[in-house]
Amino acid sequence: MSDAQMLDHDDILERAAAWKESGDDVALATVVSTWGSSPRPVGSRLAIRGDGQFIGSVSGGCIEGAVVSEALGAMEDGKTRVLDFGVTDEMAWEVGLACGGEISIFVERLD
Amino acid sequence: MKLTTIKALNDARNNGKSALLYSDLESGAETLTVEGEGTGDIELTPAMREAAERAHNEDRGRVVETDGRRIFIQVFNPPRRLIIVGAVHISQPLVPMARLAGYDVTVIDPRGAWATPERFPDIEIDSRWPDDALEDLKPDTRTAVVTLTHDPKLDDPALTVALRSNAFYIGALGGRKTAGKRRERLTEEGFGPDDFARIRGPVGLDIGAVSPAEIAVSIVGQITETLHRPERAAA
Repeated sequence: MSDAQMLDHDDILERAAAWKESGDDVALATVVSTWGSSPRPVGSRLAIRGDGQFIGSVSGGCIEGAVVSEALGAMEDGKTRVLDFGVTDEMAWEVGLACGGEISIFVERLD
Repeated sequence: MKLTTIKALNDARNNGKSALLYSDLESGAETLTVEGEGTGDIELTPAMREAAERAHNEDRGRVVETDGRRIFIQVFNPPRRLIIVGAVHISQPLVPMARLAGYDVTVIDPRGAWATPERFPDIEIDSRWPDDALEDLKPDTRTAVVTLTHDPKLDDPALTVALRSNAFYIGALGGRKTAGKRRERLTEEGFGPDDFARIRGPVGLDIGAVSPAEIAVSIVGQITETLHRPERAAA
């Protein structure tokens, strides 16, 4: 991962900790692995707050909605989730994974 | 993730320490290691440690499957460093370019006339002698060192310390003649052909760079190549 992305992470992890400390429910979603052409590398992440607000990114924007809804589920039941998104070339443009590819995302609650 | 883990991780990062986070993708158990010291629920196996070492060196996280568990290893390394010896004309564009490429940049030059705030408005110049400064900065496997003064009194002491370190890239300004004389001097200091092979000179990729900014591009390019395509860089 590049340093620019790490700085990016920094911010997300600091924000996640700050949200949690001020009493909000928080979950983290992190790119665990990618195959083919995927817009965001391993380690890219989202921090999601209980009210649905989020920062960061795990894709070009196409799967964030689905990830946020699973994250809200993880806040409810405390269980981790691994979400797999596979995208065919024809579909790729529509969902924003520019050249097709697959992406696997780990979702966990901040306790 | 536990709040205590995320806070310890943020602390490590704010203090420039390198950290690894192991997460069990099913149970959510985790262990954080900061410069090798671990805390958490996952007992680290040799397979995990081996995968973590590769992840650390390549700066890239990965999943390791071991004993029926899937462990996600994340890498949090401090920025790579570039140490420039010489507050010279080339250094002026090299500082911002290297920063954009993600490096934490230091410029060393004990000569007050060169190291002025007018020439280097947004970086503080380290005005110690290059060998003293480098001994203190301790170049490691995530550090590149470039000497640009063209003055053996400054470049040689810097190269002496750099060659004894694990710096992943060492570049030195100067053509064939300069390099030949430098080799003679460094031989007297006890260095040999393996050491000279580590010094990239004339510094920078051969892209016909003329202006200071173009030379800076060639240097950043060569450092990048050494980092990501070491086999090609060595050829």
